[in-house]
Amino acid sequence: MNQDNEKQNEKIIDGAVNSDYKYGFVTDIDTHVIPKGLNEDVVRYISNAKGEPEWLLNFRLKAFRKWQTMKMPHWAHLDVPDIDFQDISYYAAPSVKKGPKSMDEVDPELRKTFDKLGISLEEQMRLSGMAVDAVMDSVSVKTTYRDKLAELGVIFCSIGQAVHDYPDLVKRYLGHAVPYSDNFFAALNSAVFSDGSFVYIPKGVRCPMELSTYFRINAAGTGQFERTLIVADDDAYVSYLEGCTAPMRDSNQLHAAIVEIIVEDRAEVKYSTVQNWYPGDKNGKGGIYNFVTKRGLCRGDFSKLSWTQVETGSALTWKYPSCVLSGDNSVGEFYSVALTNNYQQADTGTKMIHIGKNSRSTIVSKGISAGHSQNSYRGMVKVLSKATNCRNYTQCDSLLLTSTSGAHTFPIIDVQNESSVVEHEATTSKIDEDKLFYCNQRGISTEDAIGLIVNGYAKEVMSKLPMEFAVEAQKLLSVQLSGSVG
Amino acid sequence: MGALKQYIDFYRTNSAEIDANSAPALNALRQKALEALDGKELPHKGEENYEVTDVDALFAPDYGINVNRRPLDVDIAEAFRCDVPNMSTWLYVAVGDIYRSSRTAGLNMPASVIVGSLREAAIAHPEIVAKYYGKYASLDDAHVALNSLLAQDGLLVYVPSGVVLERPVQLVNIMNAAAKIMAFRRILVVVEDGAQARLLVCDHTQKVDEDCLASQVVEIYVGADATFDYYDIEETGVHTHRVSSLFVHQEAGSNVLVDGITLMNGTSRNDYRIDFCGEHAETRLLGMAISNGDQHIDNHTFIAHNAAACTSNELFKYVLDDNAQGAFSGKILVAPDCPKTEAYQSNRNICASPTAKMHTKPQLEIYTDDVKCGHGATVGQLDQEALFYMRTRGIPYDDARTMLMQAFMSDVIDAVRLDNLRDRLHHLVEKRFDGSLALCRDCGNACHNNSLNNKNNNK
Repeated sequence: MNQDNEKQNEKIIDGAVNSDYKYGFVTDIDTHVIPKGLNEDVVRYISNAKGEPEWLLNFRLKAFRKWQTMKMPHWAHLDVPDIDFQDISYYAAPSVKKGPKSMDEVDPELRKTFDKLGISLEEQMRLSGMAVDAVMDSVSVKTTYRDKLAELGVIFCSIGQAVHDYPDLVKRYLGHAVPYSDNFFAALNSAVFSDGSFVYIPKGVRCPMELSTYFRINAAGTGQFERTLIVADDDAYVSYLEGCTAPMRDSNQLHAAIVEIIVEDRAEVKYSTVQNWYPGDKNGKGGIYNFVTKRGLCRGDFSKLSWTQVETGSALTWKYPSCVLSGDNSVGEFYSVALTNNYQQADTGTKMIHIGKNSRSTIVSKGISAGHSQNSYRGMVKVLSKATNCRNYTQCDSLLLTSTSGAHTFPIIDVQNESSVVEHEATTSKIDEDKLFYCNQRGISTEDAIGLIVNGYAKEVMSKLPMEFAVEAQKLLSVQLSGSVG
Repeated sequence: MGALKQYIDFYRTNSAEIDANSAPALNALRQKALEALDGKELPHKGEENYEVTDVDALFAPDYGINVNRRPLDVDIAEAFRCDVPNMSTWLYVAVGDIYRSSRTAGLNMPASVIVGSLREAAIAHPEIVAKYYGKYASLDDAHVALNSLLAQDGLLVYVPSGVVLERPVQLVNIMNAAAKIMAFRRILVVVEDGAQARLLVCDHTQKVDEDCLASQVVEIYVGADATFDYYDIEETGVHTHRVSSLFVHQEAGSNVLVDGITLMNGTSRNDYRIDFCGEHAETRLLGMAISNGDQHIDNHTFIAHNAAACTSNELFKYVLDDNAQGAFSGKILVAPDCPKTEAYQSNRNICASPTAKMHTKPQLEIYTDDVKCGHGATVGQLDQEALFYMRTRGIPYDDARTMLMQAFMSDVIDAVRLDNLRDRLHHLVEKRFDGSLALCRDCGNACHNNSLNNKNNNK
């Protein structure tokens, strides 16, 4: 490559490094934050504030006591500064007294926030036919399209409300896929979770629209601990979308969420995430610490769970959406694009636990590292001895855009029988100079060419996203790597 | 818990004898090793990179250690079991951890080359041993530190600059397992700039009634533009366990081949660590394991690309039958500012019985962008279509199966750079698969060796 091109390359990478976070604004609405610190009283306060029944309080307390005995895990390839868990406020609710009945009742400031985010509720209601449950800080602000869904028997509401309206369902499934004792952050979340979404698709119902939640951390110095529970009963189908943003703050904010999915016989759940929490500034200051436990239980025969994630934000990402394939012939999928820039660190991947016979799983992971970032794939495929005829295919590719960034792959494969086939393939390289040259030769500028190549590289995963999300995800990639992506 | 303590106590009570029966250059490392062991434990099962292998438990039994170097009673003819037809070698024999020369040792060897007992060499040429001994094996590893604490002898292969050894050096390690003993073995290889050498190591056990354990540390220094091949063939018994740590230090332009072959063993844990310290160096790291019964084989590799434009290519293959447990964990590290690195790692495994288990963990850690790196891992079975094709051509099921398994192993064997050894290995693997590997036939232990070949009984 000639010198001009190299300079141009540098410029593009500079451009990428210098791109700003466009969702960095703070919404000036009245937020109710409780004092910092965590003890049993705080747990009781949260439970009380949400008017929860006794069994849920006990669940929280058990989790809290377990959490006190646990230590923060350090096995991930992440440089995690010490987090003072007593310096965080565990509950912040926007002071909206009653749940709004219609769009007009939603706080105008809040609506403006969502407008800025580009997920105007009306727009989405009208144009895309999606039902949106927007969670700001910790309280579910508004669930759109609830009535329409109710006709089919689909329950889509905040988990706080579900505890009141459908206590039996919540009690039956809560903590099933992710027990409160699962790990440090799961225990923390189980103790202090504030809100999140609850989805129940009854037997035989195919949810006619895509369900969506938007999470946003707004108040300073708070942590967000949302909890999502999705249950697809026999023969049901649902596609669920989740988007996340947080405003710019200097101090790091903690996000420790749990997503639990239960998939029964012949049911199918598709879970898509676009995660764009504030990644910190270009010197690595601030940003969200994202410690998330996501797990799906494919416990029905012929059940299917598909995770798709586009991870572009957060200063630290610690996230392993997993599938426990306990039903015979169940299917797990994981498609991921993780882009890190500046001083971001991501350690993300999946676990596929094959327990049922003939279960199948596919993992496609694409990592892109720029700036001084570190991007790791960590995965586990485990086939138990009774899980005969299982099949797994894993492909994880890493693309390095700068010589100061790092790309790492840590897969574990554990097979305990003779009839299963597990394959893993990984490659790491920088953008192919031959491809760049080829594009240049045909009159495509280096900037456009890098865009083309990165787009093509991530296409396999992007194509799995629902259309509306794919557009947003592409935009996010371009914001993160502005100047270099299409 | 805490198998290490008995060895440290043993050292404290017997340090005078240990030192007296060794050499000053080896004794010099013991104090450091003792300090390094302070507060450490041998790795337990479940720890990082020891997911299925409990090294601590291997060292826990009360083994006899031959501190006073008493000659052990062995059938030295055993050494000639390892004769490779049509290949003449300079042959050395180690019984337990006592090194002996054979009649071919040193015959017509260039005068500047030193091959022989590390202990004797440390007395005759202390400057060479002091310069290289313990310099590449990291004492941070508890097993290496323990070996450094108690090893009294070993094999030294020293090839000075520009010397080309035409014949390979062969070392036959014989364990006599009539009693519960263990051996602390040490191999030091120095191939200076531009030199060329090959070392073939064969492990055997006689009288395989009792458990025995070999702790082995291999240090290899390969100078600039030098070439070195290391072949390690483990063909012991089901009661012979081995923990081995191999360290290779490569200078610019050097070329190394390491091939670890496990044909028969009890429990083995092999660590391979390769450090590239100069540009344009090349390594081919190969491994293969055929396991059945309750055998256990765990290979761990770590290749550190600390210099630009180096190439590493790694391939490990396993066939596991019965209750065998296989494990592979490999890491490739590309340090910052090492452009034009090429690193490939591949681990392919066949589980041939419903109870065989495989645990594999191939890893990449890369801090430079201008690299080509990849890894792959598979666990599966023989290709059913190929099997069917062969049977339609009249090949019996058993034969077809053995042929396919041999073919599966062939790319590890074909990479061997000694023609006669390659033929010999093909032959040994064939015998291993059809259950007639000489040692197994003689041993009298019902280790189900034939089961690899008797699959159709289950059909």
